[in-house]
Amino acid sequence: MRHSTRITVGPVRFRIGSDWRAPIAALETLYADYPGDPVRPADATVRLFAARPWRRWLRPSVHIGGDFIVPDALPLPLSMGLLAAEMGMNLQVALGWRRHLLLHASAAARDGRSVLMSGISGSGKSTLAALLGESGWRLMGDEFTMIDPGSGDALAFPRAVSLKNEAIGEMAARVDAARLGPLLSGTPKGDIQHLIPRPEAVAAMHEPARPALLLFPRFGDAAAIERIGEGEAFVRLTEASTNYTALGEAGFGALTRLVRTVPAFGISYPDSAAGLALVEELWAEAVS
Amino acid sequence: MRAVQHLIDLLAGRCETATLSARDWEGVIGVARGEAMLAALAHRLEDAPLPAPVAALFFDARAAGAVATKQALWEAEMARRALASERIEFILLKGTAYAAAGLSCAAGRQIGDLDILVPVHDIGRAENELLEAGWEWVKSDPYDDAYYRDHMHELPPLIHKTRDRMIDVHHTILPQTHRTTPDPLALVTDAVMTESGFAVLAHADMACHSAAHLLADGDMQGGLRNLWDFHCLTRDFVAADPDFWGRLDARADKHGLRAVVHRAARLARDVFGAALPGDWDRRDPRDRWFMRRLLARDDWGRAGDFALRQAFYIRSHWLRMPPQLLARHLWTKWRRRGAR
Amino acid sequence: MADPTFRAAPAEALRVEPLGEVTAIFDRRSTQTHLVVSPLPEILAAMGGEACNASLLAMRLAARFDLPDGAETRAVLSERLRELAALGLVEPA
Repeated sequence: MRHSTRITVGPVRFRIGSDWRAPIAALETLYADYPGDPVRPADATVRLFAARPWRRWLRPSVHIGGDFIVPDALPLPLSMGLLAAEMGMNLQVALGWRRHLLLHASAAARDGRSVLMSGISGSGKSTLAALLGESGWRLMGDEFTMIDPGSGDALAFPRAVSLKNEAIGEMAARVDAARLGPLLSGTPKGDIQHLIPRPEAVAAMHEPARPALLLFPRFGDAAAIERIGEGEAFVRLTEASTNYTALGEAGFGALTRLVRTVPAFGISYPDSAAGLALVEELWAEAVS
Repeated sequence: MRAVQHLIDLLAGRCETATLSARDWEGVIGVARGEAMLAALAHRLEDAPLPAPVAALFFDARAAGAVATKQALWEAEMARRALASERIEFILLKGTAYAAAGLSCAAGRQIGDLDILVPVHDIGRAENELLEAGWEWVKSDPYDDAYYRDHMHELPPLIHKTRDRMIDVHHTILPQTHRTTPDPLALVTDAVMTESGFAVLAHADMACHSAAHLLADGDMQGGLRNLWDFHCLTRDFVAADPDFWGRLDARADKHGLRAVVHRAARLARDVFGAALPGDWDRRDPRDRWFMRRLLARDDWGRAGDFALRQAFYIRSHWLRMPPQLLARHLWTKWRRRGAR
Repeated sequence: MADPTFRAAPAEALRVEPLGEVTAIFDRRSTQTHLVVSPLPEILAAMGGEACNASLLAMRLAARFDLPDGAETRAVLSERLRELAALGLVEPA
């Protein structure tokens, strides 16, 4: 393809090709300080392309392709090329990765152990992870967390955090502006701005962390904690995994071990401060 | 187009893995994924020296392939249970058959739907039993339904409501409108039992069907994988039976598939280096169009050459249907698209 | 009423993991996960490796779980056997 770059996020190495320079340039800025690995071939391919040659210039719209494609996925305007790249990378991992059990969950680590937060979009799992990442925790990932079936450890997938809507202002007030990507307004998911994880989190991205706490956050209601049983946690996590069925017994073993060894809670919280307080409270109990 | 060339060279054993650069490998991986052959390649290179990241990715692909094969064989087992109470006999076709028979091309072969062959007089009963056991119609469009039943070689596809897997119930191996008509009775009579307890086509019929599936049954999408099937099948069958090519010739004649089977053999020679006996080892200038279609994937894994693909789509319809019927079918498809 | 006979999956085909109130059963043949509740795990255990119908099963379970051995129990067990057959965990013998 005309423009391309390669990026390693956690265990996955991507090559991203594009018909336009802009999305590649934006990725190279966001991922400039990620460890390079020039002799390693990519595991996954993402393609950003124009459906017809003239659409590279005329109302340019970015189609997302790669090793795996979603038929009928709508293209995005070129101004949202970075979002298209992010969606393409997520898609390849979600559909193609087989080494680990992939959970749609954010994660953060402290002292070699991790808290996993699984929830639908809007649950605040991404914002909570980003906030933890600025308050003494190592951010492991805001979207996917991988479980190694052999060891049961959680592995980080610390892509640039995708901040949405209110979370943008909340984080912008706390971090150096140099760590923020361009503001993408009016995307199908609202306003989006990417946050580069702290250098320590990127440097430690290959370090596994044993899961110690499993949370299912829900943003909006009064602060509350609800204990979740092993069976229910198991069901919720199979639903939060994109490759559970493809892994066979390895996935089953990883998930039964996870829900048996790690306490699980549903938490609801009215604002980020309350959410963080709940995480810290439950963490203190879990690791004591 | 280095990547697709590397892929076929690696499969054919013409290329040392140590000669590939990191960039070459990612091209190969992308193209192999595009052709649904990553796990097949991973098996082919299981004992070859590989860069560590490639070895790890291939290990994953083999493990995932083993899970997928189990899932495909389980569909066959569930179909067996569904049809057993009425004692309806069926023959496994394509990928599931290769896996059930333990053939070498099954290693890492992606298997989509379950394809079974049921004698035409049992089709109605088979349909009832499958519906009873939890399979449902995928589409309820009356035109499509009538089209499948009247002109294709299968029932309209059924999908299992809890397992979400499709079954295609065939009563012959090419559409009835196709200009050649294989002899379904001979297929059924000569079917053989595998050790796993499933009936599969006899070797020569299996090779005929593989060739027909590659060349006469569609627009050659996934063609490289189908050609790999044909190549592995014929190579293994010849190794076990030196007279196999002669037997295949006779059988292809009986099914009216001689030209198709010979072309598949020539393509297996040109792409994977298959050794052919003298009377098969000919040249046909038209083969290069098929070669181009088979190898039309760029180093980023994109299926290229749009015009060529369209030509093959029209060709595949042409092969399947008499022209009058073709016009009506394309017209109806077009009108329905317009209506949406 | 017909009382068809079934045979359970061989023990080595299943990995059974109790998870609190539910039991997760992994079928190594299909690679499917089944989440079931009582009495399905007990039924599978009681069937062992033998062909078994609802009447025989009712007798075995009655001995172990203090069940009334009557028509109603047999009808319930018959229904559960059909569910297990749909999951592929038992098959007609």
